[in-house]
Formats: sequence, C-alpha cells, structure tokens
Amino acid sequence: MTPQEIHDNLRAKFADAVVEAKLDALQPWIRVAANRTREIALFLRDEPSFQFDFMSCLSGVDYNDGNLGVVYHLFSMVHKHKAVIRVTCPKDNPHIHSVHDVWGTANWHEREAFDMYGIQFDGHPDLRRILCPDDYPGHPLRKDFQVPEFYNGMKVPY
Amino acid sequence: MTVNKTLPTNYVTQPGEIKSSTGKTIRTDEMIINMGPQHPSTHGVLRLEIVVDGEIVVDVIPHIGYLHRCFEKHAEHMNNYQQVIPYADRMDYLASMNNDWGYALAVERLLKLEVPPRVEYIRVIMAELQRIASHLIALGTYGIDMGAFTPFLWCFRDREKILDLFEMTCGARLLYNYIWVGGVSHDLPPKFVAQAKEFCAYFKPKVKELNDVLTYNEIFIKRTANVGVLPADVAVNYACSGPMLRGSGVNWDLRRDDPYGVYDKIDWQPQVGKGEMGTVGDCWDRYIVRVREMLESVRIIEQALAALPEGNVQAAIPKRIRPERGEVYVRTESPRGELGFYVISDGSTTPYRVKARAPAFVNLSVLPEISRGCMIADLVAIVGSVDIVLGEVDR
Repeated sequence: MTPQEIHDNLRAKFADAVVEAKLDALQPWIRVAANRTREIALFLRDEPSFQFDFMSCLSGVDYNDGNLGVVYHLFSMVHKHKAVIRVTCPKDNPHIHSVHDVWGTANWHEREAFDMYGIQFDGHPDLRRILCPDDYPGHPLRKDFQVPEFYNGMKVPY
Repeated sequence: MTVNKTLPTNYVTQPGEIKSSTGKTIRTDEMIINMGPQHPSTHGVLRLEIVVDGEIVVDVIPHIGYLHRCFEKHAEHMNNYQQVIPYADRMDYLASMNNDWGYALAVERLLKLEVPPRVEYIRVIMAELQRIASHLIALGTYGIDMGAFTPFLWCFRDREKILDLFEMTCGARLLYNYIWVGGVSHDLPPKFVAQAKEFCAYFKPKVKELNDVLTYNEIFIKRTANVGVLPADVAVNYACSGPMLRGSGVNWDLRRDDPYGVYDKIDWQPQVGKGEMGTVGDCWDRYIVRVREMLESVRIIEQALAALPEGNVQAAIPKRIRPERGEVYVRTESPRGELGFYVISDGSTTPYRVKARAPAFVNLSVLPEISRGCMIADLVAIVGSVDIVLGEVDR
C-alpha cells in the first residue's frame, strides 16, 4: 500500500484519532492521538490489509517546543510496506500507551525512551531505566538536560 | 499473531520438583544467581540475573548499560555531520565499516546525494570483508563457549588477513572512520585488488576446515541442536534481524529486500536455517547461517572486485553538510542484523537527533523468551548464538 492509502484507511477507521499527516515528506508520517496509541497499534498489526508485524524502531524525540514525541517505524513482512507513526505528548506530563503486548520488541525500546526522555508508557510491565544507572538524575536526551556537576558525591570531569 | 510461549519439550519438568534416583519427588527452591558482568561467555559486560530451579533456568533478566557512552547525545553536540562517524565506529566495534555505512547512507538520503559508482563498489567490498571478519569472531568465540579452542585461533588467523587489507587501505585495524558521507576517506591502494582476490581464494577452503573441526563435530551438535529454539513468529514479533531471524527460517535480508549500495547488481543468495540438525531456529541454525553467509560474502566480494569501476572517490563529498529540515530512517544489514539510523535535521549543520537502532540490542531482548526452561549450561550456548557486541547494545 502507498502511504496515501495507509493514511486514508487509517483515517476511515479512526477519524478522530488521526491528528496530522505529512505525506509529501521524504518519509511520509502520520500523527495519531496519544490516548489511542495501543488501539491503533493493534489495528495496524491485525488488519489483514496492513499487517504491520515488524516494528523496526521506536524512537523518543524532544521537539523542544514543550512536547516530547515517540516515532514508530513499522514494516510489514507480508505486504512489504512501511509506515511512520508519530505520537506527541506534553513535556510536563508525558504519558503514552505502551504497545509492548502488540510488538514484543517495544518492551526494551520503551524502557530506553523512558530512560532517555522520561516518557511514561502506561501499561508497561517493567518500566525501569535500561542504559543509565538506576539512580541517575534526570533524562539525558532531553534538550534542556544539564549535566550534573556531582554524581553520588563524585565530581563529573566534563 | 500470538507469541508462542510454550517451551521446547525436552526441558519441561514440573517446576519446584525433581525426581531423585530412587524415584522420590523432592521439593526444590528457586535461587537467583548472577552471570556476569565479568563472565567469559557473556562476550563483554552483560549481567544476566538468572532465576534457577536446580539446573533449570526459570527466568532470565538481562541488565545492560555497563558500556553506555551516550552516542546519541554526542551526535547532537557535534559541529558537523561528518564528526559523528568516529562515534558510530565505536558502537559495534567488530563491524565498524557497516556502522559507518549505515550512518553515511542515512545522511546521504537526507541530502538526496548520489555517490560515484566506484565508491558504491568499494563500500560493498569493505562491508562484506567486515562481515566475514565479524562472523569469524562470532564463530570462533562461540567455539570457545562450547569448549573448542582450536577453531578460535584459526578464525583469528584468517581475520588478521582482512584487518591487513583494511590497514593498507586506511591505516586502521579496528576503528576505521573510512566511509564518509558522500565518499570514502582513501582510494584503494594499488595492491589492494590483487591481495583481496588472493584472500578470497585463500579463504574458501578455510571454511571447509572450520566445518570439519567445529560445525559437524558431534559434541558441538549435541550442545547446540534443539537448544534455544526461536520460532519464526516470535522472532518477527521481537523484531529480530540478521542471522537471528534467518536462523529461524525467515528468508529476509535487507541487502536483497530493501536494497542499498549495489547489492541488486550482484548475484548472491540469503542463507536461512533449515533445522538440519534439529529444530528450525535452534542455536546450530543460527551458527550455520553465519558460516554460509561468509561464503556468500566471498562471492559478493569477487563479483564486486571484478566490476570495480574507475573514478574519484572523493568527488561527491560535500564541503558543508546542511540538509533541509526533515527526517529519515535508513536501515542496512550489518553482520548482526538491521542497523537503523533515524536522523532528524533541523536545517543546521548539526544533527538534531540521531537514533541508532542497534540490532544486537533488539536481538538480546528476545533472550528471556527463548531461554526459559533451559539448562544453565545451555544458556551459555544461547547467549553465544545471539552474537551480541555490548558496545552496540549499550551504545
């Protein structure tokens, strides 16, 4: 399916949840509502004409306008088509539905996005830090992150 | 699609009970032990928290991050897109060429930049040489995990010859910074083509030697066949890629299915696991996929060397890289699988965001799924067959 068809079919099913789309971009993307993510993810995976069974990548992004975002790069091993789904949430209260039970790989990717951006994935079974130490202050990939001068009483040489 | 949670039948026992030699049922308790972070079979600093019931692994919780160096934060603070490449080198330090190429390709797509044909061929040659070198380490260390020391030395001996080729090209043996956005750092030296052909002729019989000593060794097969079976649907659900996915019988290779470089002009076949020694998707299948991929890589290198065009390798390197606002996700097939770079440009000379989708990170996340119910000794076999490089898992 072309990105246009994917967008049209998704909008036909979730008219109110498809917020924004840019189909003439280098890689077209569709933005959906944060509180419907899991529902839409299940539909994208199970609908016979979509069958996005392979989630290549889940990336957190700080858009630096008060919003954090999550970008899902989806791929279908059956139909060989791609989709880029975006979700944004406010930085002061970042909540997005977890999709770990839709794609197993999302489990660790969501932990990484939580670690780096502090995005809360509602429904995630084990939302712990994955790369940084458990007691690390703050979320390092946020654009407003300040490298702490001391970490556990040790001077950070940086 | 549902994830199949059933265990391989040869491990299934009643949890919390074992049968003694006299036939009595004895109650057992679960125990938590650590494997790593300093452990020879974890291939780096990986800590596995294992819940065991006697010798049987009930659950595995991987703890990663010991090598975390904040690649993504560093990339956001470079002055220039090219300066990220040495950092990409250090992600998967056994396959630096493939990392460089993945990142360079992402930026080139962002710039809509075409590179000269000679560069494309050089990149294919380098990436495939690197794939052989990386697989040699994977296979050699896997032999050590299973108690076979000789193949390890043979693999390192052959890998040296590849490193010599890299050294004569760009001066470095491990971290090359060779593939740049728009080109490569040095043209091939005059003797390179002859020496690479010589290597191909030398290497093919060596794979047979490896097969004789390790692959079809009775003990090795007993240790790896039917162990750590990864069914195809679980592999896809967990987005496994590379030899992990192909070992499970899924005929999927980005070099063919999402072509980049000049792979579509070259005659080669992706290798898949067929369950020759046991079940499809067991450790032996993942192992044999790597062995056969090395021979396919030799085929690719020979064709690329024969077709190598002339040209200036630095003609297309942009003086100043300033992509338009936009974003791109580009995936390439590294020795471990789908290496993706998600690059966002805000129109300046510094990348706004670089996310590296590391194949080893994703492949490792399926480990608990395939090792529940196995023996502790088999866990070593399973971890080895995933072929992780912790530098890439932690980035």
